[in-house]
Amino acid sequence: MIALQHYLILSAVVFSIGVIGVLIRRNLIVILMSIELMLNAVNLTFIAFSRYLGSADGQVVVFFVMAVAAAEAVIGLAIIISVYRHRQSLDPQEMQLLKW
Amino acid sequence: MDTASLIFYLLATLLVIASLMVVFLRNIVHCAMALVSALLLIAVFFVVLQAPMIGVLQVMVYAGAIMVLFLFVIMFLNPAALERQRGLWWGFGTVLALLLAGVLVPLVATNDLPADPVAASELFGSPEMLAKSLFNDYVLPFELASVLLLVAIIGAVILAKREN
Amino acid sequence: MVETTHLVSTEVLRWLPFFPLLGSVINLFFGRALGKRTAGILASAAVGASFGLAFYLFWQLPASGIFRDLVYTWIRSGSFQVNISFQVDALTAVMLLVVTGIGFLIHLYSLGYMAHDDDMVRFFIYLNLFIFFMLLLVMGDNLLLLFVGWEGVGLCSYLLIGFWYRDHNNTIAGNKAFIVNRIGDLGFIIGLFVLVTELGRQGVWTLDFIELHKHVQMLQPGTVTLITFLLFIGATGKSAQIPLFVWLPDAMAGPTPVSALIHAATMVTAGVYMTARLHFLFVMAPATLALIAVVGAATAFFAATIALTQNDIKKVLAYSTVSQLGYMFLAVGMGAFSSAIFHVFTHAFFKACLFLGSGSVIHALGGEQDMRKMGGLKAHMPITYWTYVVATLAIAGVPFTAGFFSKDLILWQTFSHGATLLWAVGLVTAGLTAFYMFRQLFMVFHGECRADAHAKAHLHESPAIMTWPLVILAIGSIFTGWLGAPEYLWGSRWDHWLEPIFGTQASHGALSTELVVTFITLAVVAVGIYLAYNTYGRSTAQVGQKRGGLLYDLSFNKYYIDEVYDFLFVRPFTAMAQFFASIVDPWVIDGAVNGVAATARGFSTIWRGLQSGNVQHYAAMFLLGALALLAYYLGQSL
Repeated sequence: MIALQHYLILSAVVFSIGVIGVLIRRNLIVILMSIELMLNAVNLTFIAFSRYLGSADGQVVVFFVMAVAAAEAVIGLAIIISVYRHRQSLDPQEMQLLKW
Repeated sequence: MDTASLIFYLLATLLVIASLMVVFLRNIVHCAMALVSALLLIAVFFVVLQAPMIGVLQVMVYAGAIMVLFLFVIMFLNPAALERQRGLWWGFGTVLALLLAGVLVPLVATNDLPADPVAASELFGSPEMLAKSLFNDYVLPFELASVLLLVAIIGAVILAKREN
Repeated sequence: MVETTHLVSTEVLRWLPFFPLLGSVINLFFGRALGKRTAGILASAAVGASFGLAFYLFWQLPASGIFRDLVYTWIRSGSFQVNISFQVDALTAVMLLVVTGIGFLIHLYSLGYMAHDDDMVRFFIYLNLFIFFMLLLVMGDNLLLLFVGWEGVGLCSYLLIGFWYRDHNNTIAGNKAFIVNRIGDLGFIIGLFVLVTELGRQGVWTLDFIELHKHVQMLQPGTVTLITFLLFIGATGKSAQIPLFVWLPDAMAGPTPVSALIHAATMVTAGVYMTARLHFLFVMAPATLALIAVVGAATAFFAATIALTQNDIKKVLAYSTVSQLGYMFLAVGMGAFSSAIFHVFTHAFFKACLFLGSGSVIHALGGEQDMRKMGGLKAHMPITYWTYVVATLAIAGVPFTAGFFSKDLILWQTFSHGATLLWAVGLVTAGLTAFYMFRQLFMVFHGECRADAHAKAHLHESPAIMTWPLVILAIGSIFTGWLGAPEYLWGSRWDHWLEPIFGTQASHGALSTELVVTFITLAVVAVGIYLAYNTYGRSTAQVGQKRGGLLYDLSFNKYYIDEVYDFLFVRPFTAMAQFFASIVDPWVIDGAVNGVAATARGFSTIWRGLQSGNVQHYAAMFLLGALALLAYYLGQSL
C-alpha cells in the first residue's frame, strides 16, 4: 500500500540531495545539474498529488515546470560558457569579486 | 508486500542512489550519466502515477534535450576533470541538507493526506486531458511559456556568442 | 482690603512704557545719524512724555480706582491666561512718578555728564530701555509680566554697569551683578511656580494680582510661607539684602547717572515694590515677615558699618543704599507696607540727589573718586554743595526733611509692633548713617583741598543741565517727606492715598510714646553728627590717616565677604565647571555619542563578514532561513 506520504518523503529526500549538490560542489555545471535534480523532485511531488487528489492541475503545472527548467538550463549553460571564456575556470569559489 | 509496493521501493532506492551519485561523483560526465538515470527513473514514476503523457515528455525533453545540452557543453568546454575538495564545507553543506530533510520529511509525513488514490477515469493523464486543460484553463500561461522559450533562445545565443 | 475696585479701562496706559521703548529703538537704529546731542534729547523727551502721562494719570486716578489696559493675550493654555496688560492703582501711580520723574531728571543730567563720552548714544539706548522695563515691572497687572520687567531691568543693569567695557574690571562687575541677581531670580521663579501650581490645584489658574488677591485664602499656610520665602530670596537679590547684596558696591563701576537711577532710586526698590504688590500674600506668612524684618535690620546695620570706613565717594553711597533698603524691608517685615513704600519714595529723591552730586564732584575733579583727595570744594561748587547738604540732612533724618519723616516712621512702626531688639538695631544704624554721611560731607567739601594739581586746575561747577536736577531733587528731599507726617503734626496724606491698597495702617501705641521714640532717634542722630564733625569737620582734622585695629580692617574690607563667597561658592563652582568641561564633556557626552557610532561600526564590521562574495555561502544562508521557517511550521503542526 503506497500512500501519498511515501512519494512525498521520497521527493523530499531527493530534493535535499539536490541541495547538497548546490552547496558543496565546486563545478558550476554540476551545480546546475543538482538544480535540475531539485526541480525533478518537485515535479514528482506535483504528479503524486495530482494522482492522489484526482486533479489534472498538477500535471499541467509539471508541464510548465519542464518548460521553465528547459529555458533555465539553456540560459544557465550559456552563462557558464561565457564565464568560462573569461575566467578559464568553473569554480564558484574563485568568483568572489563582490566580497565586502 | 504486494508488487506495487515492491516496485515502488525498488525504484525509490535506485532513484536515491542515482541522486547521490550525481552529487558526489567527481567526474562530471559520470555525474551527467547518473542524472540521466535519475531522470529516467522519475519518468517511470510518472507513468506509474498515471501521467503517461508527462512521463513521455520527461524522457523526451528532460532526459533527451536538456541532458544532451549538458553533455554538449561539457564536451565543448572540456574543463579539468576533477575538482578540489574542501572537507569543512562539504561537511557543513551536508549537515545543512540533512537538516532540511529532517525538517521536510516530518512535515510531509502527516496523516491528513489521502491514502488511496482517487478513482480515475481512463482519460486521466492522457494527452486529451492535458490538452483540454492547457487550452482551456491555462491558455495564458501556455502562451507565456512560449514567449519565455523564445526569450531563452535569444538570450542563450547572445550570451554564448564568441566575441569578435 | 480693596472694597469696591473701580476699574477703568483705558488705552492710554500702553503709551507709558512705549515712549521710552520707542526712544531706545530709534536711537538704536538712527542714533549715530542723529548725533549725540539729538539722540540724548530724544531719549530725555521720551521719558519726559512718560512722566507727563504718569502725572496725568495720577491726577485722574479716583480713590480706590484702577486703570487697566489689556494690550495682548500672551499665554492662553486651558483656563490659565497671562496677558500683557497694565494696571495703575494708587501704589503703581506713586512708583510711576518716581520712575519717570526721577528718570527724566537723570536723563537731563546725563546730557551734561556724558557729553564728552563717545558712546553717549549707546548710553541713552540702554537707559531708555531700562525705563521701559522698569515701567513693565511696576505697571504689570500680573506676576509674570512683573517678572519680565524684573529680568529686563537686570539685563539693563548689566549693560550699564559694564558700559565702559574696555576696562575689564567693569565687565566683571557687570557679570557679578547679573549672576548674583540670577541666583535670587531662581528663588523668584520657583516661588512663582509653586504659587501657580498650588492655586491651580485648587482650580484657580491665574497670576493676575487682582485675581490672586481674591483667591490666596485658599492656600495652606505652609505653602504660603514657602512661596513668600522664595519670592523674598528674589527680593534679596534684586534689592541687595543679605546674602545677595555683594553686587551693588561693585556696580559703582558704571557711570554715576546709572548708579543714581538704577542702583538707588528704581531698580533696587523693585524688591520692596514686589512685596508691597503681593502684601496680601505676605501677611498670610508671619514667619516670612519675621525673617524679612530680621534680614532688613541686619542688612541695614551691617552695610552701615562698612560705609564708615570707605574712601571711595560712590562706595559710601552704595553701602548707604544697601542700608536704607534694609530699613524698607524692616518696615515690610512689620507689615507696614505703606511706610516701606514711603521710604522708597523719599529715599529715591535724596539718594538720587546724593549720587548726582557725587557725579558732579567726580566730573569737576576730572574723574577722581577717592575722598582723601578731595576737600574744600564748597567754595568752588556752591550749588552742588548746598544740594548735597540738603540731601545729607535728609538721609541722616534731621527734622522736617523727608528722611526724618520716613525713617522715623519705620523706627516707630518697629517699636510699636514690639520688635524692640530690631528697633534698637535700627536706632544704632540711624546714628551710624548720620556719622558716615556727615563724614563724607566734611571730607569732600570742607577743609583744605587735597586734590592733585591736575584736578585742581580742572575744578569748576557743573553746567546748568546738571545742577538743575540737583536742585529739584534737593527740594524733593525736603518736601516729599511732608506727605507722610505723623499724627502729632499734620497727619499722613500718604497713608490715606495708599489706603485702598493696604488698608488702614492702624497706629499702635500712644502718642506720647511716639514722641519719646522720636526724640531718642534724634538724640542718636545728633551724636552721630557731632562725632563726625569732631573727627572730620574741624579745621584741625587729619584726613586720610590710616587707622589700625581689627574692627577697622573688617569694616574697610567689607568683612571679607567677597573673599568668603569666592572660597565657598565661586571656587567650587568653577572647579565643577572645569570638571564638566574637561572630563564630562569629552569623555561622557562625546564618548556616548561617539560610542554609539563606534558600536554601530563594530556591529557592521561583524555583519559584513557575511558578504563573502561566495555564492554558495549565500545559498547556505537562504537555506538556513528557509529551515527556520520550516522548523516553525513543523513545530506548529506537531
